[in-house]
Amino acid sequence: MILVLVDHDRGELDPLSLRALTAARKLGQDVEAVVIGKDGAALASVVGEYGAKVLHVAIHADITDYTPQASGRALKELVEKSNPVAVLAAGSPRGNEQLAHLAAFLDSPMASDCSSITLGAPHVVHRARWAGNLIEEANVHSPLLIASIFPFSVEPESANAGAATVSEFQPTLEASDTVVRILSRDSGESKGGGVTLSDAKVIISGGRGVGGPEGFDKLEELAALMEGTVGCSRVVTASGWRPHAEQVGQTGTKVAPDLYIACGISGAMQHIAGMKNSKTIVVINTDPEAPILNYADYAIIGDLHQVLPALTSAVRAAKE
Amino acid sequence: MDVLVCLKRVPLAGGTLILTPDAKDIETKHLGFGISPHEENAVEAGVQLVEQMGGSLTLLTLGPSDAEEQLRAQLAIGATRAVLLETDGQEWDPQATAAALVDAINAEETKFDLIIFGAESVDSAGYQIHVRVAHALNRPIVTNVKAMKIENGIASCERVVATGREHYEAPLPAIVTVRDGLNIPRYPSVPGRMQARKKPVDMKKAEPSVPKLEKLNLTIAPSKSTGAEILGNGADAVPALVEILKKIGALS
Repeated sequence: MILVLVDHDRGELDPLSLRALTAARKLGQDVEAVVIGKDGAALASVVGEYGAKVLHVAIHADITDYTPQASGRALKELVEKSNPVAVLAAGSPRGNEQLAHLAAFLDSPMASDCSSITLGAPHVVHRARWAGNLIEEANVHSPLLIASIFPFSVEPESANAGAATVSEFQPTLEASDTVVRILSRDSGESKGGGVTLSDAKVIISGGRGVGGPEGFDKLEELAALMEGTVGCSRVVTASGWRPHAEQVGQTGTKVAPDLYIACGISGAMQHIAGMKNSKTIVVINTDPEAPILNYADYAIIGDLHQVLPALTSAVRAAKE
Repeated sequence: MDVLVCLKRVPLAGGTLILTPDAKDIETKHLGFGISPHEENAVEAGVQLVEQMGGSLTLLTLGPSDAEEQLRAQLAIGATRAVLLETDGQEWDPQATAAALVDAINAEETKFDLIIFGAESVDSAGYQIHVRVAHALNRPIVTNVKAMKIENGIASCERVVATGREHYEAPLPAIVTVRDGLNIPRYPSVPGRMQARKKPVDMKKAEPSVPKLEKLNLTIAPSKSTGAEILGNGADAVPALVEILKKIGALS
């Protein structure tokens, strides 16, 4: 049996978990899912649809919101009770964090960001390094495989199955397990339009070539016209031209919009890692040798300060 | 306030990665080395805390003896001293690395109030060493911190997620992992660099164990395209791009 940690935020499913369920199903074993916190019980039909026969729900009075070490403790208890061959989760910050707590409790190895898994002795995984620019093949020497699934390595596929059977359990927690938990929240820093980087279908992104904070007006105009949002590279936030929340890359936000237009961005490894899964990538750059061209679908060689205004006019005309 | 920051020496790869002939590592003959971006924020946070509250900032790394270069560079930013757990140059798996860090931390006379890691290393990104260290030291850990205040013995932390910000607290002694954007790392001053040469770096041999997560080989991930289709030069190429935007439905 393969156990999949399905992550949720106060009952709202993290869609990346469906990718983890899909990856688990492809390993040819029974799949069971686990959610931490009673709000997760509402996910029985969707995890069932994606192939889990059972949904274990960890319920405890002290788990009222995200509490990562308590998640690890609950997973440990479930693993010891149900003896799965693997525990998988989405390769998201939360997925990786909760699995790391499980791995630390069990003193077992953990492989993060896996794009393929072959169960055996040892288990063999392929995992992303350099944010997916390199693939590592690795042996995992442990009866239990703890692995997170690289978000873009598998598309979610429904199994068209019925709701999972809910099985509630109350984990035995220690006081230290619930010290670190979400105490409160603020809503996002996003600007008027309300399109966040991770939700945007169109991202107009600028780098060093934009030349300064004023240059971003041209990107803003096109983004507004295309109902998208503005992103930027690390050099831009490090120079204080744009807020950090707009940074795309391994150290900022990883994005996969339908259209990513990279303006004056040469393509450092860590930037590529954050945007290379975009459906269509267009580059506007004066340098025909810029590394980002290796990851792009289309390019215009030229100065973004001339190309963008012309593009904005043409897009406006085409939309009318 | 005594702070410890854990670092990792990593190659500064540009836009293209090249592998060694045995495909076990990145070819680094022509590359410089540094630390991961998040770790620069970790050092800056440590320096700021010691500036505000007094105390000491210790750096700890596990790596080849050449990692002294990265320790000296960060000592120049304002750290007090450093400890280098010297390997034979092979990369250790996360469990072995965490165990060595824990042994080194326990061997220190200083009881560190706060231990800071970068949220992820730029190369292997295993997302676990910090959690393993927290468990071994029985300390609370908050990860992916984008804003932090230390008040009344509590690390008050914010984590940025798609829907906004989450607030966490961890009573000291604690561990945090921090992300780029937490602060703006400073550049070393000339006097800072001079002083860094004289600051103590304790070198200790570290004995490897058999890896449970055993790296076999590396391959370069196939890039999505064989290169971009060049639509033309300057504004003259805009009509061609607009046709493509229409085709992919971006203008509907």
